[in-house]
Amino acid sequence: MSFFTSANLDIAREIVSRYPAPRSALIPLLHLAQEQHGWVTGDAMRQIADLCGVTPAEVKGTGSFYEMFKFHPVGSYLINVCTNISCMLLGGEELLDHARQRLGVKTGGTTDDGMFTLEDVECIAACTEAPCLQVNYRYRLRVTNDDFDEMIDDIQAGRVDDLPRHGTLARVRQRIPADRLAGILPPDKAREAPVWLQRNNAAEDSVVG
Amino acid sequence: MATNGYVAHAPGYVDNEGPKIVSERFSHPDSFTLARFEATGGYEGLRAALAKRPADVHDEVRSATVLGRGGAGFPAGVKWGFLPPGRFPYYLVVNGDESEPGTYKDRLLMERDPHQLIEGCLIACYALGLSQCFLYVRGEMALAQERIATALNEAYDAGYVGRNILDTDFSVDVVLTWGAGAYIVGEETALIESLEGNRGMPRLKPPYFPAAIGLYGQPTIVNNVETLANLGWLMVNGAEQYKGYGSEASPGTRLFAVSGHVRRPGVYEVEHGVTTFRELIYGENFCQGIREGRELKMFIPGGGSAPWFFEEHLDLALEAGPVGAAGSMLGSGAVVVMDDTTDAVKATLRVVRFFARESCGKCTPCREGTTWEERILQRILDGEGRHSDIDMLLDIGDNISPGPYPVAANPQEGLDAVPFPPKQTTICPLGPSSVAPIVSTIRRFRHEYEAKITRRDSIPVRTEVLQ
Amino acid sequence: MTDTRPADTAADPSTVRVVVNGREIQARPGELLIDACERNGAYIPRFCHHPRMNPVGMCRMCLVEVDSGRGSSLQPSCMVPVSDNMVVETESEVTKKAQDGVLEFLLINHPLDCPVCDKGGECPLQDQTMAYGPGESRFIEEKRHFEKPIPISDTVYLDRERCILCDRCTRFADEVAGDVLIHFMDRGSSTQVNTFPDEPFASYFSGNTVQICPVGALTAKPYRFKARPWDLEETISTAWTDSVGSRITVQSSRDQVLRVLGVDADPVNWGWLSDKERFAFEALNSESRLVAPMVRSDGRLETVGWGVAFERAVAALNGVDPDRVAVIGGARLNNEAQYAWAKLAKGVIGTDHVDAQLGDGLPAEVVLGLPRATIDEACRGGGTIILCGPDPKEDLGALYLRLRHAVVQDGATLIELTPQRTGLSNIATHSLHPRPGEVGELAAALVAAAAKPDPTDDPADSADALQQHGKSSADALREQSDPADAGQASSPVPEGSGYTRREQSGSGYARQLQRAARDISGPVTVVLGRSSLSESADATIDAAVALSALDDASFLSALRRGNVHGALDAGLAPGLLPGRTTLERGAHRFADAWPGVPRNVGHDTAGILRAAKAGEIDTLILLGADPLNDFPDAELAREGMAGAGTVIAVDLLPNDTVMAEADVILAAAGPTESSGTFTNLEGRVSVCGQIVTAAGISRPDWMIAAEIAIRLGSDLGFDSPAAIRAELSTVSEIHAPLTEEALDDSQVDGVLLNGNGDIAPPEPAGATSPVNDRYSLRLLTTRRMYDDGTALRHSPASSGHASSLELRLNPVDFDKIGVQEGTVVRVESAKGRLDMPVQVDIGVPVGSAAVPWRTLGADCRPLIDASAVVTDVRVERL
Ligand SMILES: Cc1cc2nc3c(=O)[nH]c(=O)nc-3n(C[C@H](O)[C@H](O)[C@H](O)COP(=O)(O)O)c2cc1C
Ligand code: SF4
Ligand code: FES
Repeated sequence: MSFFTSANLDIAREIVSRYPAPRSALIPLLHLAQEQHGWVTGDAMRQIADLCGVTPAEVKGTGSFYEMFKFHPVGSYLINVCTNISCMLLGGEELLDHARQRLGVKTGGTTDDGMFTLEDVECIAACTEAPCLQVNYRYRLRVTNDDFDEMIDDIQAGRVDDLPRHGTLARVRQRIPADRLAGILPPDKAREAPVWLQRNNAAEDSVVG
Repeated sequence: MATNGYVAHAPGYVDNEGPKIVSERFSHPDSFTLARFEATGGYEGLRAALAKRPADVHDEVRSATVLGRGGAGFPAGVKWGFLPPGRFPYYLVVNGDESEPGTYKDRLLMERDPHQLIEGCLIACYALGLSQCFLYVRGEMALAQERIATALNEAYDAGYVGRNILDTDFSVDVVLTWGAGAYIVGEETALIESLEGNRGMPRLKPPYFPAAIGLYGQPTIVNNVETLANLGWLMVNGAEQYKGYGSEASPGTRLFAVSGHVRRPGVYEVEHGVTTFRELIYGENFCQGIREGRELKMFIPGGGSAPWFFEEHLDLALEAGPVGAAGSMLGSGAVVVMDDTTDAVKATLRVVRFFARESCGKCTPCREGTTWEERILQRILDGEGRHSDIDMLLDIGDNISPGPYPVAANPQEGLDAVPFPPKQTTICPLGPSSVAPIVSTIRRFRHEYEAKITRRDSIPVRTEVLQ
Repeated sequence: MTDTRPADTAADPSTVRVVVNGREIQARPGELLIDACERNGAYIPRFCHHPRMNPVGMCRMCLVEVDSGRGSSLQPSCMVPVSDNMVVETESEVTKKAQDGVLEFLLINHPLDCPVCDKGGECPLQDQTMAYGPGESRFIEEKRHFEKPIPISDTVYLDRERCILCDRCTRFADEVAGDVLIHFMDRGSSTQVNTFPDEPFASYFSGNTVQICPVGALTAKPYRFKARPWDLEETISTAWTDSVGSRITVQSSRDQVLRVLGVDADPVNWGWLSDKERFAFEALNSESRLVAPMVRSDGRLETVGWGVAFERAVAALNGVDPDRVAVIGGARLNNEAQYAWAKLAKGVIGTDHVDAQLGDGLPAEVVLGLPRATIDEACRGGGTIILCGPDPKEDLGALYLRLRHAVVQDGATLIELTPQRTGLSNIATHSLHPRPGEVGELAAALVAAAAKPDPTDDPADSADALQQHGKSSADALREQSDPADAGQASSPVPEGSGYTRREQSGSGYARQLQRAARDISGPVTVVLGRSSLSESADATIDAAVALSALDDASFLSALRRGNVHGALDAGLAPGLLPGRTTLERGAHRFADAWPGVPRNVGHDTAGILRAAKAGEIDTLILLGADPLNDFPDAELAREGMAGAGTVIAVDLLPNDTVMAEADVILAAAGPTESSGTFTNLEGRVSVCGQIVTAAGISRPDWMIAAEIAIRLGSDLGFDSPAAIRAELSTVSEIHAPLTEEALDDSQVDGVLLNGNGDIAPPEPAGATSPVNDRYSLRLLTTRRMYDDGTALRHSPASSGHASSLELRLNPVDFDKIGVQEGTVVRVESAKGRLDMPVQVDIGVPVGSAAVPWRTLGADCRPLIDASAVVTDVRVERL
């Protein structure tokens, strides 16, 4: 019933090992599942539940709280148009309208060819560059209708590099070399004061003495 | 730096030729690399800190009065002091969830100078004996995650992070964690829930600070990205020099993102507490005024949660005290400027809808009230409003955030400053935040609401079903 | 930190002064404001607050104005602990406005379907709205819609439109039951409670969520649309399906029981019930109830009048040598009936071949002769619970919830000495899994280690922890069952036996034992029972004897059958007389009250069956017993029943033994049809009341005994349950506190009967762990909450829970067979062989083969050798 590929299962185990409690890996593992499959399947949630020591209902309960996790197939390119206040002031809603027309979908819809899913999103922290959007969480700024069309044309024509399929977020992963790891323990096994805090006393002694 | 138009480097930063603490390196195209960081005094702050006793590092931060940049503006040194002695382990959680409407500065810091942030984390961990650090970065910021992951990998390899940092007895792991799309997770206790693998629902207060009970029930310091980004500079240059900038109550500098209808929107590093809104919006080195031929109608002084300001507030300094006394807050350093073309009801709806969508759903007044407000506003905009809707909006608001709002219903009294911060029937301030724009605009532009409400006074109407 | 306040100015530390609506009240330190106000007559409305769960402050209905010295603000009173000089306004305008606001918010999306809602009439939301709500709705928008009720399990329906998201059911599933199968999904105003797709809320405790739901969002199938609250009559009673003695309210309408609810008895079940306790009443309403006596003629059972039935029964008893009469069963009966039957059997007939336990229990001296603990004592924070018995989650549901709370919330230490993982293993401090037959040795080793802590015990904790880290729970478990690993739980190596060997080998197991011993702290409670039905009781007895040497140790019985503890107290065991005394020591007390007492100690059930097989039993009385299905040695049961003379069965429902073997059936009234009392595993006696009339012409068990006695020429001397209790308290010192007054005064908590009476502690049984040669795996036979019990067969709501016959093996042993999961394999013992599918189960230790005790239509007993200490089996591919 393994959902994760064996390479990803290794990554998953490593992610679990970075947290004092396995459950903390739940959200990172949902991202990993989405990276592997484009969206989060039932099998993925069952395996994540096992890896994190929780029930599948807890995985779904946590996962469905967060917008970025999709529990149904979505397009290879997820286009998020910001319509929050700063973008709205400078044409975000009009841009979204245009996007709907160009792609022929409603907000939240996916094109028939499975290529694009269109969403309107809340502020994506590029407010000074309004109106803006993200494609698979990569920014396009101060977007005009023409820019939008050109962007779609480029993607459709395969003229994109550097834009991973939906699901892949960061292409660089943190890795911690074993010999550099300070050591991660469950809280109940880490009750000792960190050694370097002893310097407080040592220095005091030397000041006094 | 862009490929096919996908931006590879957070733009928007404008050098206003003022003092720089956190944006010093921004002008270098390779500012995010370890090489550039080291070449520009990077990790000197860490070395300086390691040369001191941890308690002295804490004292330095305390005496510099580094105010939190996440929204509440609480002094970091004081907050650090709330850690209960001896209840190890302690954790550091870095709040990089930046999602407040209009706010855009932590992403810049993470994309353009990740090592500066890592250095700040290390200094905090050293000062307080925090044994592990979690860097929680907003999910939608793919590039920031890549930059931080790369920087952490470099820093681990170079011996700045991990076991025996710089060959001392100081060892700490810094772990990068991605969020997944939920504004409320910026609230520190919700962030902790999220880090524990749960739905990001805020915890009940008290305890008021996670310093008492936080991650895994252990004492935890939560600090904003910008707050920590100050620490390297502070260690090298000292509290005295830090206090040389800004005002006495608000020393140092602060990043402000100014967006909306200004000529030159951008992120500016501004002297804290002395610069005024007028300078920021109209100054030559700053935004250079309202866009062509237009007048200022209103502005949001501190992110989507803040009550709105008007012309008469322009001369207030960018400082928590005066802004609070005038009924709003500096919040997350986000100023959204609206000119006279702006539809007050529509702008209000847009901010209210944000809170309705982002409510975590825990508290009844927020879960039900914010969507109700949104639907009434939408109805008014759709021409289906009733005259009673205006006061009803205020009354619903009063049930989420009781206090001054019935006053605002009376146009004569409505112009008085609204006491701030508001009371709340909810756990966290998200629900009450939805009330702020409603009250702000009804007080000021009630006639605009009325103009939209036409004939349909007592006719029951149905609007589209949610979802 | 030292308290710097002068001692004499400090207020009485046991109370806190709070001013509520201008009136000063005394609150308990740490008490929540909402509770303090309620106790003092200022009820604050609430939905999410539940006194047995952690506060969440979710609904905000309980907002009140609170001033703790820094100005007044609105605070949820369910979250705020009282503090000295707090000033609270529960009626002020600000408070009212906030509460009205919350109520309005709750109602805007709530459907107005009260007339068709099961909760109508007992709905807090409806009540609040009537009491405080606004006259009409200001909400003119369309309400939120969800698909109408969805079944989330076989028993429970969920209507999400009615749900007000109070987090009670979800908190219960997580915090109380530990079965996190329902959860909040989605966010904000779309938040809903739901299960994971295709994984129903299959919790043994699901019914509690229906009871605590403050609206009609959760409903239980057996009650849906059956009645309205105002039609119901109710009486307080005690759940009869297991020995916890959970307190319940039984509700009926038109002389039919329709619903059972848990009652919050502080020392017992806290309002919670297992679904078995909650829905077992369905069996009493079933079509197949025995509603009239029957006699067998020409091999066929025929319904007859009571006169005929009694005649047949008495004919089989009159003038028969008492030594050739035997009684099996009695745990089904209430205390009064048990005493009546004990007096009839031992006093009038004169036989001591009487046993209420069917080879699955423990001797009376183990249950009654050791220091006894209450549930509260077992659950003390800071104490240690040693579980040496069955999985409480399967056998004693409500006790499981209490134990779980003690460990998770109150910090009790739990050490398991169970043959496999239990429902508590994931929260246990240490899980040591002895192989069948070896728990006595393990307990002795633990006691020895506790007496002499090993100074060389290395601080390997953190190394282990590091190692364990980053493994999935399944991985971790898999490794824990690997003998080489030193994880949290350990299990024996497959080859070799005896703990000394393992200790010498320095394996992780020995270290684990050391650590467990080191973690024993505070008062120790041993939860003691039979963990596997394919091993003899001897190992458990040895474990009990060994553990009784621990400082401050007491015992909580985990025998499972309904009123088995009442049966022991009534003397329904060989060698025993009522009131925790023996034939030897207590006979003199019965000189006046009873016609006589047996001279010799009689047989237990196994002995009775053996005697019957040998033709030595002329008359066998079954008091609610089904030996053919319920005695571990199926062959002996069959032969014994075949050899018995006349069989008289006193029962409610047809079971296989009764239908096949009984010559006379005396139809008994059910637990809701007769009045009396029940004794739980602590020795707590509580009322088990009558609420409906007896089915058909069935009669209460005690009356049946009294009638037989009269026909045998001996008047038992009582004409009501109360009269029986009166007699009992004169012949038994133990029962002296059980006065009518005491029962009345403690309607909810019941009366605890303390003390061991005359029963001496047990002697070691000296079980020796045999070496297994020819057969490689040890058979483990454990019960499930829902097996093929008679009651389950007649309870529609619960039948979906029944498990099926399958073999479960540790992956290590599974891999050796080389088949796929689900493949049918052959399991063979010296006694017999069975074919069944095999499944991997990491909870089963290496070297053991686990099969469930009886399942629907299948039976593992042909494998069990009841005369052996353990049964070994071999597993082969077909
Ligand atoms: C609804 C809500 C959203 C918030 N979002 C953020 C955020 O995105 N980033 C942030 O740093 N702080 C945010 N905060 C503030 C944090 O709770 C917390 O005060 C802050 O991270 C503390 O760091 P500081 O002391 O360094 O400012 C938010 C608070 C609330 C109530
Ligand atoms: S106010 Fe809203 S966002 Fe905050 S805890 Fe309550 S429901 Fe959640
Ligand atoms: S009862 Fe207090 S918030 Fe629900």
